[in-house]
Amino acid sequence: MSLAVPSELEKEIDDRITHYPVSKRSAVLPVLHLLQHHFGYLSEEAVEWTAAKLELEPIKVLEVVTFYPGFRQEAPGKYHIRVCRTLSCAMAGSYELMDSLCEKTGIDRSGVTHHHPIAVSGDGKFSIEFAECLASCGFGPVCMVNDDFHEAVTDIDGLLSQYSK
Amino acid sequence: MSGISYKSGRVPHAKEHRVVFRNIDREGWDTSIATYMGEGGYEQLKKALALPKQEIIDEVKKAGLRGRGGAGFPCGVKWGFIPPTNTKPVYLICNADESEPGTFKDRYILHQDPHQLIEGMAISCFAVGASLSYIYIREEFPEAAKIVEKAIAEAHEKGFLGKNIQGSGFDLEIYVHRGAGAYICGEETGLIESLEGKRPYPRIKPPYFPAAMGLYLCPTIVNNVETLCHVKHILEIGADAWSKTGTPNNTGTRILCVSGDVQKPGYFEVEVGKVTMGEVINDMCGGLKPGRELKAVIPGGSSAKVLRADEVFTVGRGDDARKLTIWDIPMDFDTLAACGSMAGSGGVIVIDDSRSISWVLNNINNFYAHESCGQCTPCREGSLWMKKITDRVVAGKASPSDIDTLYGVAKNIDGRTICAFGEACSWPTESFVEKFRDELVSDTRPELEGAIVNAETLTAAAGL
Repeated sequence: MSLAVPSELEKEIDDRITHYPVSKRSAVLPVLHLLQHHFGYLSEEAVEWTAAKLELEPIKVLEVVTFYPGFRQEAPGKYHIRVCRTLSCAMAGSYELMDSLCEKTGIDRSGVTHHHPIAVSGDGKFSIEFAECLASCGFGPVCMVNDDFHEAVTDIDGLLSQYSK
Repeated sequence: MSGISYKSGRVPHAKEHRVVFRNIDREGWDTSIATYMGEGGYEQLKKALALPKQEIIDEVKKAGLRGRGGAGFPCGVKWGFIPPTNTKPVYLICNADESEPGTFKDRYILHQDPHQLIEGMAISCFAVGASLSYIYIREEFPEAAKIVEKAIAEAHEKGFLGKNIQGSGFDLEIYVHRGAGAYICGEETGLIESLEGKRPYPRIKPPYFPAAMGLYLCPTIVNNVETLCHVKHILEIGADAWSKTGTPNNTGTRILCVSGDVQKPGYFEVEVGKVTMGEVINDMCGGLKPGRELKAVIPGGSSAKVLRADEVFTVGRGDDARKLTIWDIPMDFDTLAACGSMAGSGGVIVIDDSRSISWVLNNINNFYAHESCGQCTPCREGSLWMKKITDRVVAGKASPSDIDTLYGVAKNIDGRTICAFGEACSWPTESFVEKFRDELVSDTRPELEGAIVNAETLTAAAGL
């Protein structure tokens, strides 16, 4: 099955590729970012499409997808939450934040492993994972919901109510 | 700061000396080029374009600007490593992969003052002869990437980027390249591999010193965001005046990011070496939390060796030798190194007596086990071993000799890897065990010593 990339997205991708006049391979990360942003995750078809686009062997794309924590091979929820796990945030209560978020969104993280770090709620609305240092250590605990950044998160209901639709 | 007001609750501390962070949290400030140019923005670039390139490099060398990303290497010297006989294109990359736990400074420059960075980069690119440049921004800063791209477009429109900049004949394109959540991309050769579209496995040095063989095997300069911003200010006031701030061999200002157990954590731009750890914790951050005592400080990002609160450090040699408590340490590059740690990326993590050292170390070990790229065996295996052992300590399933094993594993990584991640991941364990052995041992169980524990028990204990 081939990937249905809308023409507007493909235009954006082609434009990105021009930022790398020396080597098209350099565009692997930006192309994957655009595809993941559109489709929510990177399917086998997305990997093959990227490889064909950049004239690479698919393995050259797959090895990138599997290395970087920022790329997902499984569909996340509509709202993907990343909670900072690292020291300063942990000292500020990020593990407790993770537990509360899971409880309130009905997410079960018991099946989470190193290679499958994301857990999704039953209704598919929320997904969650721990992220390593999100670089706002003075204002923990911090988390991201999709591309939105939230620091000093104490009002969990208030946070989630922004993503109620 | 005269004539500038800051947002309520974000007013700089009296002991700060704001240069790079001058416009951060500033009332009425925005990221538009009009605002930036309204205060002399891009004038230094115009000035630079009329100067001989070597003069700019010499000025940066003379200023003594040391890299703000972690290693503290002199920026001008790094630039000077481009082979004089080079005929290949030269690239400059801004390292905005800010990922060292405890560090949160570049975030604000990218979000609130992107033109300062672009001007610093353009001057630096001109000086080293780069016409193609990238800003490698970590994936977790999506908004920053958008802001910086908008700023780049504005700078283009005004003729500060693109072809024949300001009629000088100098061409420059700057593009944003977004990472994908890997700490190792902050290592400059790993970053270069990532920018080439590969897994970010660091390259071995020699021969792959970026200034000689970097991006696409061409000479490449990789500098931190804060470092590149300083270039603009050095040009503005001159190396002599710039190096009068700070202290000898530790010139200029730098941004300290303080987190952990203090009343008011935050970011503070100070003259390097002009404030002490005590002033940072007690004055700038409002002291420790009520009723708490200082236990330890990690002074330069999580890979810096920990300092114990009751240590006495001897610094200097001969007649200059003096003893310092943790409170007396001036926040500079050289003294922190003399105290056995490092200034690193400026991330100060304060730990009070409510914290379990085993828990703190375990959190750090989890980070490095997750972030090891896996290329070198000592680091790939060792970082995971260290995590598993401290997992057991925290779970109360470790024996006292496990602490010796832990230390031995750390010692076998340090110095045996391609890149500095080996040191970054082993120094926390080495220093925590050296300084807090008793506490770590007290969290173990002597009755487990010598017991035959099967793999299943260990796995269960580690929660795996």
